Amino acid sequence: MESLQLPPIDYGALLPMLILFGAACLGVVAEVVTPQRARNAVQLGLALVAVVAALAAVVWQRGTRTVTIGGAVAVDGPTLFLQGSILVLGGVSLLLIGERSIEKGGAFVSQAAVTVGSQKDLQQAGGRPGATEVYPLTVFALGGMLLFVAANDLLTMFVALEVFSLPLYLLCALARRRRLLSQEAALKYFLLGSYASAFFLFGVAFVYGYAGGIQLEVVHEAVANPQRSEVLLYVGLAMVAIGLLFKAALAPFHVWTPDVYQGAPTPITAFMAACTKVAAFGALLRILYVAFEGVRWSFQPILGTIAVLTMFIGAVLAVTQTDLKRLLAYSSIANAGYLLVGVLALNEEGLSGTMFYLVAYGFSVLAAFAIISLVRDADGEATHLSRWAGIGRKSPLLAGVFTFILLTFAGIPLTSGFTSKFAVFGAAVEGGQTWLVIFGVITSMLLAFPYLRVVVLMWLSEPGESAPTVSIPGFLTSAVLGIGVIVTVALGVVPAPLIDLTREASEFVR
Amino acid sequence: MEISYAPATGVLSNIWLLVAIPLASAAILLLLGKRADKWGHWLGVASVAASFVLGLIFFVSLSGLEASQRSAELSLWDFIVVGRLNVDFGLLFDPLAGVFVLLITGVGSLIHLYAVGYMEHDPGRRKFFGYFNLFVSAMLLLVLGNNYVMLYFGWEGVGLASYLLISFWYTRPSAATAGKKAFLMNRVGDAGLAIGIFLMFTELGSTQYEDVFNGVDSLAAGTILVMGILLLLGACGKSGQFPLQAWLPDAMEGPTPVSALIHAATMVTAGVYLIARSNPIFSANTTLQLVVVSVGALTLLIGCVIGAAKDDIKRVLAWSTVSQIGYMFLGVGLGGGAYALAIVHLLAHGFFKANMFLGAGSVMHGMHDQVDIRRFGGLSKHMKITWLTFGTGWLAIIGIPPLSGYFSKEPIIAAAFEREVVWEAWVFGMAALIGAGLTAFYMTRLFVLTFHGPARWTEDNQHPHESPAIMTIPLILLAIGSVGAGFLMSTSVPDWLNPVFGEHGEEAHGVLSHTVITALSLVVTIIGAGLAWALFRRGTALEPQPAGVLVTAARRNLYTDAFNEAVFERPGIYLTRALVYLDGKGIDGLVNGLAAAVGGGSGRLRRLQTGFVRSYALSMLTGAMLVVGAFLAIQLGWLA
Repeated sequence: MESLQLPPIDYGALLPMLILFGAACLGVVAEVVTPQRARNAVQLGLALVAVVAALAAVVWQRGTRTVTIGGAVAVDGPTLFLQGSILVLGGVSLLLIGERSIEKGGAFVSQAAVTVGSQKDLQQAGGRPGATEVYPLTVFALGGMLLFVAANDLLTMFVALEVFSLPLYLLCALARRRRLLSQEAALKYFLLGSYASAFFLFGVAFVYGYAGGIQLEVVHEAVANPQRSEVLLYVGLAMVAIGLLFKAALAPFHVWTPDVYQGAPTPITAFMAACTKVAAFGALLRILYVAFEGVRWSFQPILGTIAVLTMFIGAVLAVTQTDLKRLLAYSSIANAGYLLVGVLALNEEGLSGTMFYLVAYGFSVLAAFAIISLVRDADGEATHLSRWAGIGRKSPLLAGVFTFILLTFAGIPLTSGFTSKFAVFGAAVEGGQTWLVIFGVITSMLLAFPYLRVVVLMWLSEPGESAPTVSIPGFLTSAVLGIGVIVTVALGVVPAPLIDLTREASEFVR
Repeated sequence: MEISYAPATGVLSNIWLLVAIPLASAAILLLLGKRADKWGHWLGVASVAASFVLGLIFFVSLSGLEASQRSAELSLWDFIVVGRLNVDFGLLFDPLAGVFVLLITGVGSLIHLYAVGYMEHDPGRRKFFGYFNLFVSAMLLLVLGNNYVMLYFGWEGVGLASYLLISFWYTRPSAATAGKKAFLMNRVGDAGLAIGIFLMFTELGSTQYEDVFNGVDSLAAGTILVMGILLLLGACGKSGQFPLQAWLPDAMEGPTPVSALIHAATMVTAGVYLIARSNPIFSANTTLQLVVVSVGALTLLIGCVIGAAKDDIKRVLAWSTVSQIGYMFLGVGLGGGAYALAIVHLLAHGFFKANMFLGAGSVMHGMHDQVDIRRFGGLSKHMKITWLTFGTGWLAIIGIPPLSGYFSKEPIIAAAFEREVVWEAWVFGMAALIGAGLTAFYMTRLFVLTFHGPARWTEDNQHPHESPAIMTIPLILLAIGSVGAGFLMSTSVPDWLNPVFGEHGEEAHGVLSHTVITALSLVVTIIGAGLAWALFRRGTALEPQPAGVLVTAARRNLYTDAFNEAVFERPGIYLTRALVYLDGKGIDGLVNGLAAAVGGGSGRLRRLQTGFVRSYALSMLTGAMLVVGAFLAIQLGWLA
């Protein structure tokens, strides 16, 4: 009997993911063994240490170009850059998740399973310390995302997708306030996510049928030397893409986004807006650039149409939103459209521009949601637009920072919003996709309206009778705000270092 | 002639301090705000005085160099580096810049000192000195730059300071309007200068003086002509020359020290500086020189004629400034040895005109801000120092020997008669000569009506009195300059400027001999002055009397304002109205319509977001079918 041959494993290349998964498991144990009073600090510390250690491992691995564990994981420039981005943005999100001073007990409920509205639920809403299992869940999600952008075969990619999606479904349900909305959002996300996963898996089967393998380079070879019916290839490609488009919130697979962004606890919304975007686009980049590059002429127009549709839906629907979190959700949908424009450039600039955009957008959106978590009334966060009227008079600093972030989203020069849009649009023109850029610029103009409407509302409107209070941000939220604003300014004024970094990192290993 | 500038060494490597000190002072005065109210004006005076002392030191050390090496170029940093364009933030201290630095800081110090007294009761005195220092700094940058972009930088800087200071009393509508008028008319000129600089860059690839002047020979005659005319347009705007002269008299709405420093002694001569500095360009094309000479001759006559018909003491002086700068333009247009003559006249004019403006300020100070010379008279008894110092200025400007105007203006008249083309010699020579006679007439009229004859004061509470020492001391010093400067400079300055303008031997004799011209100019001066004395020594009516066509026209600035209004302002207003209409109906309509469409579409699309998972799943399924279908359709050729 033939002995089982173990493939060689490059543990160094896998180290960032191993650290995170290890720390997440450790976190589950810590949940049991640490006393309740110290639990939050221990868990937050553990998560942050794990993220920093993983980031150090990523930095240590810089320059690595290898495919390991039998072709399942590829560690190359884009992988390491995207992993680094996910870790940095994830670390900042953890600060938001760890904030406990704005609301007694934090944004998360301690026992989500208690029936909403019952006596016990009212008790725990009163300020018992929140759940600490959010930390290991977040670290699991981060680990899954790292694997997702490194996955070099379709099944590993699917496993990674589930590994980071399942914790997210749970995290969405843990809001302390408006728990029904939160649970509804989580359920919707779970159902639709599973639905999309099914598409992805079905697509993998088709691609396997076409290429006879699931590794990306095998698919690439098969595309170059077609042997079987192309129907298999195109149905497979379409369905795999649908799975990823869902995660990236591209139309018409964006429908979950507003409901989930609104219902999820705000720190989790921020986490999803920043990190899930990086992971989803990372995987999309790898699949399109590595496996299906040979049929670019077929998918460019279709995905281009999707990009245009996404930009329009995001921009147009943002116009009539009355809830800030939903407004930002539509803004994030439109931004996904801009990112897809960068992806479809299908050249080195497109790759580096998209990666730059992901980092720049991530920091700005984290700062935006951090601000939303500060404006509160008796029912928790006051996210209805009318509640923000005239807030600039009472809290000019907060309104000033939010104005700055909104101008960033609108793409005003000297902010990262301008440089990143410029990067992806420039790449798309270079890649012969000028039509996408034209639609991109038109929708940017449309999108400026809802942002500026909020700015006008904050500064020029009369405050309502019972204006919400603006909480004094705790240390962690202040840190998030500070980091977000500084990075947004820095990437707008001196984008060159990060652009150089993305250029150096813009070559996939096959 | 190959032009090259020596790098700055030793003491001269500190020339940047000249610009930096007044700038720092301006920044302190304007940024500290009220905290500097008590001592701010002294800081303002001290900074300009410090620049003057430094200027003297630099000047002396420059004169210690060999004549051929007499320049100091200092490159501070790369200012603008874009593609082929490489602009240095660099300074150049050469003989021409040197005399300007001394004029600006020397006369500037005296006027700053005077302003301490003049502005004593004004609540905005600190701000005034802040702007005043800003002006000095920008003006020094203008004359010290080593390329045209630096010059332009200073040029716009003095324009800004001028605008701020003309409208210093911005609550008066007339001052605000005058500031705007100056600003707009200067824009016309500045646009010309800017395009001229663009042209230089396009044709020669550089804006450094060194490269431009050495490259002129390689240019086509037409290019030089266009470039020169554009520079001339800029010069006309800044210096109040035809056709852009109308703003300068209105600029007298500013405080009097401003009129003296900016709108008489220094800034308005920037146009002369520009042409003198660009002498390799202007000397390279005779048509261009003819244009400059014509502008100068025409303007000097316009200034004289209008000046003779005005009754506002400062406006008469302003029109005389326009006219005297006309002489300078005439000089720089004539070229050759006359460049230096124009600069001599510029310097002498700086003294006597500043002297007379400050004298006018002193009169106004004693007469409760009355400016109408019909309502003065007999002031010589009450303000002795002002009378004497103003008298020296008056004798200097009309050119009575041995005062400065004689030594500076008469050679320009002679040079005009020396033009090679005979008809040109006669036309421009006679214009300059007639101008001299008219100048004598209207300046004498001004002097006599103000200081002599019966008192015609109209307001009851007027007790004319001499101004305080802080105002009279600058007057006395400037009067000494008005008397002596001309003789001292008439030979030394042209020699000093030789490295800039080149050596010029004795010119060929013109249509008239030098002696005849000297005699003629003295005769017309005496006739003009005598006529005015005879007419006005008994005073005049308090109100303007009906007059003939020419006087009426002159009172209305020869209808130039009416012309500007009819040709530029009215059509401009109609154009603006038409555009506003188009914008309101067409563009706004389109934009608002689009916005409504987007809003409506958004409202309708929103209904698709039902909140039901089943409908979300359905829309995803539809989307998926469309995507898969599209892939198959494209690939299998069902489409396209």
